[in-house]
Amino acid sequence: MGDKTQLARQFIQAIPHAQELGLVLTEIGDGMAKITMPYDTKLIGDPKTGVIHGGAVSALMDTCCGAAVMSHPLAPGGTATIDLRIDYMRAATPGQTITTKATCHHISRNVAFVRAVAVDDDAERPVATASGAFSVEAGF
Amino acid sequence: MSRPRPEPMQVVKQRRDAALTALVDSVPYIRFLDISFDRRGDELTGQLNFDQKLIGNPYLPAIHGGVTAAFLEVTAVMTLNWLHLWPKIEAGELDPSEMAAGKLPRQPKTIDFTVDYLRSGLPRDAYARATVARSGRRFASVRVEAWQDHKDKLFAQATGHFLMPQGGEKNDANTS
Repeated sequence: MGDKTQLARQFIQAIPHAQELGLVLTEIGDGMAKITMPYDTKLIGDPKTGVIHGGAVSALMDTCCGAAVMSHPLAPGGTATIDLRIDYMRAATPGQTITTKATCHHISRNVAFVRAVAVDDDAERPVATASGAFSVEAGF
Repeated sequence: MSRPRPEPMQVVKQRRDAALTALVDSVPYIRFLDISFDRRGDELTGQLNFDQKLIGNPYLPAIHGGVTAAFLEVTAVMTLNWLHLWPKIEAGELDPSEMAAGKLPRQPKTIDFTVDYLRSGLPRDAYARATVARSGRRFASVRVEAWQDHKDKLFAQATGHFLMPQGGEKNDANTS
């Protein structure tokens, strides 16, 4: 299982878009992953307030969910998103890092089901939540 | 009873294109992903200009699922905002040069967004078009479809709900 976690970690860190967003994998293992995204002005969606665009939050959520799937003990390899729904509860506070935690709560031969939550410094009030279905692939 | 003489074509085109450019250029994230918009009358088509930094799976390679979601969301918000502002731009209530200078009306906010991934995104340009299914005083529902080589072979589709800017005309174009 240590190998799988290591493999998933390497895979996530090799993603060009994840590097571009400055994503950092802080925790991974047993179908759970935590990834942070630092505040960056290039990700602003609302120039008036400086709030990060929802799309950047989507990319963070998607990456984190995929990492959670790959780290599941029953996942043989990589994964691809089948469907992802994101609910935006509130605007992330400008200047703050966004942290996502994704959990793969069920996995079958072909499909993995994942839930995720994104928070900023105020961890009590989620910025967004996500739920999705991911494919279970044999290889990467 | 003769109808008023139509405006010269260049005037109409310049006004609409300048307003659209002002809206698109105001959002740093749209520039970061390098999304451009093609306009035919009031219809918009988003174009995601491919770059290596958009890759999510370097082994395939394929566009990052999050980039696809973001591209669809950007196209949905821009199309909704554009249709919402169109009458004001046409009526002269919104001045494209003032918009370019930063005097922009507030944008719709995403409430939820659901993406279906139908095929993997190939490492090349992608296109998306959104349909505003319903646009009410408070809420709007928008569908988006994205394709690459063939318009009828979608690689992703999405539905989203949006909260329209509140507070009436006066606050609509506040310059804070």
